[in-house]
Amino acid sequence: MKLLTLQRRVARAVMTPLSPSYHMRRVAPDGRPMSAVAGQIIKPNDRLTSFERLEIYNRQYWFRVLDAFSDDFPGLRAILGDRRFDALAKHYLVDCPSRSFTMRDLGSRLESWLRKHPSYAPGRLQLALDMVRLEWAEIETFDGASEPPVTAAALSGADPAKLRLHLQPYIRLLDLRYPVDDLLLAIKHDAPADVASNAMQERQKRKKVSAVARLDPTPVYLAIHRLENTVYFRRLEREEFAILSALQQGRTLERAIVAGFRSSSIPAQERASNVGAWFQNWASLGWFVAM
Amino acid sequence: MPANRFNSFTTYGVGIGLRIPHYDHILSRKPTCDWFEIISENFMVDGGRPLQVLDQILERYKVVQHGVSMYFGSAEKLNREHLRRLKNLVRRTKTPWVSDHLCWGSVDGRYTHDLLPMPYTFEAARLTAQKIREVRDFLEVPVVVENVSSYAEYHVSEMTEWEFLNEVVERADCGILLDVNNIYVSSQNHSFDPAVYVNSIPPDRVAQIHIAGHSKYRKYILDTHDHPVIDSVWKLYDRAIQRTGHTATLLEWDDSIPSFDEVHSEALKANKYLASASLAAAV
Repeated sequence: MKLLTLQRRVARAVMTPLSPSYHMRRVAPDGRPMSAVAGQIIKPNDRLTSFERLEIYNRQYWFRVLDAFSDDFPGLRAILGDRRFDALAKHYLVDCPSRSFTMRDLGSRLESWLRKHPSYAPGRLQLALDMVRLEWAEIETFDGASEPPVTAAALSGADPAKLRLHLQPYIRLLDLRYPVDDLLLAIKHDAPADVASNAMQERQKRKKVSAVARLDPTPVYLAIHRLENTVYFRRLEREEFAILSALQQGRTLERAIVAGFRSSSIPAQERASNVGAWFQNWASLGWFVAM
Repeated sequence: MPANRFNSFTTYGVGIGLRIPHYDHILSRKPTCDWFEIISENFMVDGGRPLQVLDQILERYKVVQHGVSMYFGSAEKLNREHLRRLKNLVRRTKTPWVSDHLCWGSVDGRYTHDLLPMPYTFEAARLTAQKIREVRDFLEVPVVVENVSSYAEYHVSEMTEWEFLNEVVERADCGILLDVNNIYVSSQNHSFDPAVYVNSIPPDRVAQIHIAGHSKYRKYILDTHDHPVIDSVWKLYDRAIQRTGHTATLLEWDDSIPSFDEVHSEALKANKYLASASLAAAV
């Protein structure tokens, strides 16, 4: 058997979903008995059959990727509950197995996958999508690139019609429908410290999720950013979000500000002072970089 | 004084794996430690806290890179993005050598994130050696390969694991990261004498040694890195050191991680064996 053929067969078996009792399935995806698949490739020994030896790797694979995925999306787990989350995780990881050398990227396709599989978040799809977007943004912001921030002095005298300000590469801007930022912080705060407190904290978590799910969807604008390498969620005004988004898209400062106040209810006479305060705040957070 | 051309690192004594639960202790207390081994993939990122911590460690300690997903034995081509990021990290850490496992773990672009055992065939040895050479040429640092623990053997194998390891390193002309715990685990799972394995390894290629603990189940042993090193593994280590001379040694402890001091104390037990090996060499 050629190396590639063997590796394809083993990988297919190893990545086959486990049974509901978390053991290797008796039947392979192609309908053959898994014992026959294993027996063709793996030697038995005096203690384990070929099936049992292959099963060690099958279980290790699923325990590893499910653990990593679960660690990355505690907010989604709280929204869906354990049973639905586990079902979603298994289906997602079958459809979207890792294509990266790092498990950090496991959830990179979750948002698009969930949009195609709304039945995994019945009645709470938008809330679940918002949470997935936030949790993935948090992962990207945590270890995203940073550049030296520009100083105010470097910008003085620049022509707003020509000046293009770039945001730190690690900043993610999200327009959401639910306040999942508060929810995620509450969920993380409630993470059980020990088994004894687990049940009570799970109830508290469910209560918090239900309270958010009952809210009418309203726009929430968020910047996910870093300060001294700690990730923060910062609520933004709609106009702030629009200006920053336009800058992120490469618009000039002048065009970004125009875009920011399109359909704005902020009175014209207050806009200049608002813009001044916002830019001062963003600059103090080191959000602008020279590219 | 280098022991051999793959072991020019005799100034590296006994190190431990750099793990998150120890970050605060290391950065605040600045304990003495000969060197730290990092998991390369944890730091092959663009920025943020991982690189901040790494830079602080690099200011004070020697660091060696150990990878878990190069998959020299996978039949598919090397992942260029992986290599690019790894080279950036090599430049940052100035690691004297880079290690990864003699195993496979990906196929058709899909990653299992496991260290799957190789079929011990000449075809696999040829392909694996070729990829090791490619990695070394790209990274421009010595590459050493580590024997893995395994729980399965293939019908197609044409040789023993140690014969396969020797075949690969001779073809690739590379060094070995000899994991004596992995040898012990595999010997129990596959019923061979671990001393035969250790005695079959070319000592002049051993650049580094791993020691670790494992978990024993009723029918097999798992390489869990969550216990102290058992006496049988220390005996293998002793034998390996007698053959290789003073060699950079590292304790892996990856799960149920105790305090830094506890892990470090366990690692430092290796000094007893290293000292007797040095004494024997002097005599």
